[in-house]
Amino acid sequence: MDPYLNHSGKMENMASLNSANSALHFETEPNYGNRISTNGTLGMTQTVQPDIQKTRKISEPGPTSVDPNGFLVVDNVTKVYPTAKGPFVVLDGINLTINEGEFICLIGHSGCGKTTLLNMVSGFNTPSTGQVRLQGQPITKPGPDRMVVFQNYALLPWMTVTDNVYLAVDSVYPDKPEVEKREIVREHLAMVGLTEAADKKITQISGGMKQRVSIARALSIRPKLLILDEPFGALDAITKEELQEELLKIWSDHRCTVLMITHDIDEALFLADRLVMMTNGPSAKIGEVMTIHFPRPRDRARIMEDPEYYDLRNYALDFLYNRFAHDDDE
Amino acid sequence: MVANAGTRTSGTNFSESLRSFWKKNGENIVLPIIGILGFLVIWQFASMAQLTKLPPPTSLWTDKQTQELLLYPFMDRGGLDKGLFWQTWESLKRVALGYTAAAIVGIGLGILVGTQPKVNKALDPLFQFLRMIAPLAWVPITLIALPNVQTAAIFVIFITSVWPILINTTVGVQQIPQDYKNVARVLQISPTKYFFKILIPSALPYIFTGLRIAIGLAWLAIIAAEIVMSGVVGIGFFIWSAYQNNYVSEVLLAVVYIGAVGLLLDRFMAFLQHKILPTDSRS
Ligand SMILES: Nc1ncnc2c1ncn2[C@@H]1O[C@H](COP(=O)(O)OP(=O)(O)OP(=O)(O)O)[C@@H](O)[C@H]1O
Ligand SMILES: [Mg+2]
Repeated sequence: MDPYLNHSGKMENMASLNSANSALHFETEPNYGNRISTNGTLGMTQTVQPDIQKTRKISEPGPTSVDPNGFLVVDNVTKVYPTAKGPFVVLDGINLTINEGEFICLIGHSGCGKTTLLNMVSGFNTPSTGQVRLQGQPITKPGPDRMVVFQNYALLPWMTVTDNVYLAVDSVYPDKPEVEKREIVREHLAMVGLTEAADKKITQISGGMKQRVSIARALSIRPKLLILDEPFGALDAITKEELQEELLKIWSDHRCTVLMITHDIDEALFLADRLVMMTNGPSAKIGEVMTIHFPRPRDRARIMEDPEYYDLRNYALDFLYNRFAHDDDE
Repeated sequence: MVANAGTRTSGTNFSESLRSFWKKNGENIVLPIIGILGFLVIWQFASMAQLTKLPPPTSLWTDKQTQELLLYPFMDRGGLDKGLFWQTWESLKRVALGYTAAAIVGIGLGILVGTQPKVNKALDPLFQFLRMIAPLAWVPITLIALPNVQTAAIFVIFITSVWPILINTTVGVQQIPQDYKNVARVLQISPTKYFFKILIPSALPYIFTGLRIAIGLAWLAIIAAEIVMSGVVGIGFFIWSAYQNNYVSEVLLAVVYIGAVGLLLDRFMAFLQHKILPTDSRS
C-alpha cells in the first residue's frame, strides 16, 4: 500500500505545480545547467534567463538527411499502401538517426503511421522506398535483435509466466545449457518484480503484470533494440508510473536502445532522450524532434519541479493540438 | 457454517451439509425427474388409449422377452444371442475404430488445410459437398467401393464423424491470433516448436469442440454402419433385426441403451475437455 500513497502524493504535487507559477519554485530546484525558459503558455517566443549563458532550442525540425554511420538509420523511408481508391501514402520521406543507447519516444495522432514506422524497424513491414538499417545492415525481416513489446502483451495464455519467457530464451539461445537458460529467465523475472508470480498462468495475472512479463521476455534475449508500441496505454495511472520507472531503471542497467510509441507527453518527457513528433497523415513526416535534457537518473518529482518541463510539455501540446490538430478530433 | 461452529458435532455437520447440498442442487435433480416421469406417464396413457401402436413404457417389463434382456445384459448364448451389454460393447468397439480414424485424419488434414490457404481453396468445396451426405446414403457406396463389410461399416462411422473435427481444426488453426504468429516470427521459433508450443495449444479448444460433436455423430452412425454389416453382434443390427421380427418393445429397449451410451460418451468428452483445457481458454 505504501508505494501507492507515495504515488498519489506525487500526483497531487504535480497537480499543484501545474497550476502554480513556476517562478515560485525556482529557488528550490536544483540547477541543471543550461536552461531556457519561455514566456507564454505556448512556448513560441523564447527569452533567455539572465544567469544562463547558452541558449538551447527546444525542438528542431525533422531531419532531412541521416548520419550513415548511425546505430539505427531510417533512411528516406516512404510507405505507400495500394488501396481500392488508389495508392495511399502513409509515410512520406522519413529520416531519422538513432544513436546506440538512446531512448527515443515517438508521438503523433492516431492513424498517422507510428505503428507502420515501427513495423518497418522491427521488420514486420517493408518500406515502399528507402531503407531502415541497424548497424549498417538493412532490415528485411523480424529478428530477436529487435525485440518487440506488443501493445496487447502477446503472451501465450496456456503457459506460465516462466514458460513464456523461457520460450523466448530457448528459441534465441538453443545451444545454451538448460540451467543457464533457466537462470536467465529467473533473473529477468526478478528484475521486473515477478519472482512470486513465476509459476502463475498468464490468465491469472493482472494487466500490469502481463506487461511486466512482456518486458522481461523482451529483455531476456538481450536485443540490440527494444521496440515498444504504446506499452502502457491500457494500464491505470499508478501501474503506468511504476512501470515507467522500472523500464527506465532496466534501460539504464541494460543500456539497450529503445524506440517507443506513446500517446502520453508526460510519459515521453519522463523517459526519453529525444521525442520524435510526427505530423498528421496521410503522407506523415517527422515534424520536429525535441531533445529532453533532464539529467539521469531521473526522478519524477524533481523533473516536474523544473520549469523547463512545462516549456517542453506546452511545446509538445501546442505541436499536437494547435499546429497539427487532428481534423476529426475526438 | 461459522455461525453454529460452537454447537457443531459431526452428525449435525453431515445433515447440515446435506441440507445445503439439497438447497443448491435440489432443483437440478427434482425438475428433470418430474420432466421424465411426466413424459413416460403421457406415453403410457397414449398407448393404453390406443392413440399409438407403440407399446407403452411398461411393456419393457411386461413383455417376457424384453424383460429377460432387461434383467440379463451380460448373458451370452453364443452367436447373435447375446445380452445388450455385449451388443453395445461390440458397437462401441466399431465406433472407437471409426472415430479414432476420423480424429487422426480430421486433425491432420485440418491442420494442413488451416495452414495452407491454397490447399484450403482446392479442397474446401469438396469437403462442403461431402459433409452434407447423410450416413445412410454412404451405405450403398461403401458396400460397392470397399472390399468387405467390416471396413465398410468402420468407414461409414469415419465419414460421418470426420467433418466436424476437420472443419473445427481448420478454423482453430486459421484463428491463431496474429500476435502469437508475430511473437514466433520475431523470436524466429523453429517450425517444430511453433507447431507444438503455439499452433496446437492455440487450436486445441476448437479441436476439442470438433471432437465432442463428432463423438455424438459417430455413435449416431452406428445403426447405419451395422445395417451395412448385417448379421453381426451389435446394438445397431440388434435394432434392425428386432424391427424385422416386429419385436417392438425390444426396439424400445435398445433405443434406451443407445441414448444412454450416447449421453455417456458426450459426458466423457466433456470431462476430457475440462481436464485438458484450462477453463479460461475454452471456446
Ligand atoms: N494494410 C494496410 N492497408 C492500407 N492502409 C493501411 C494498412 N495498414 C495501415 N494502414 C493505414 O495507415 C495509416 C497508419 O496506420 P498506423 O497503424 O501506422 O497508425 P498509428 O499511428 O499507429 O495509429 P494509432 O496511434 O491509432 O495506433 C492508417 O491510416 C491506416 O488506415
Ligand atoms: Mg498504432
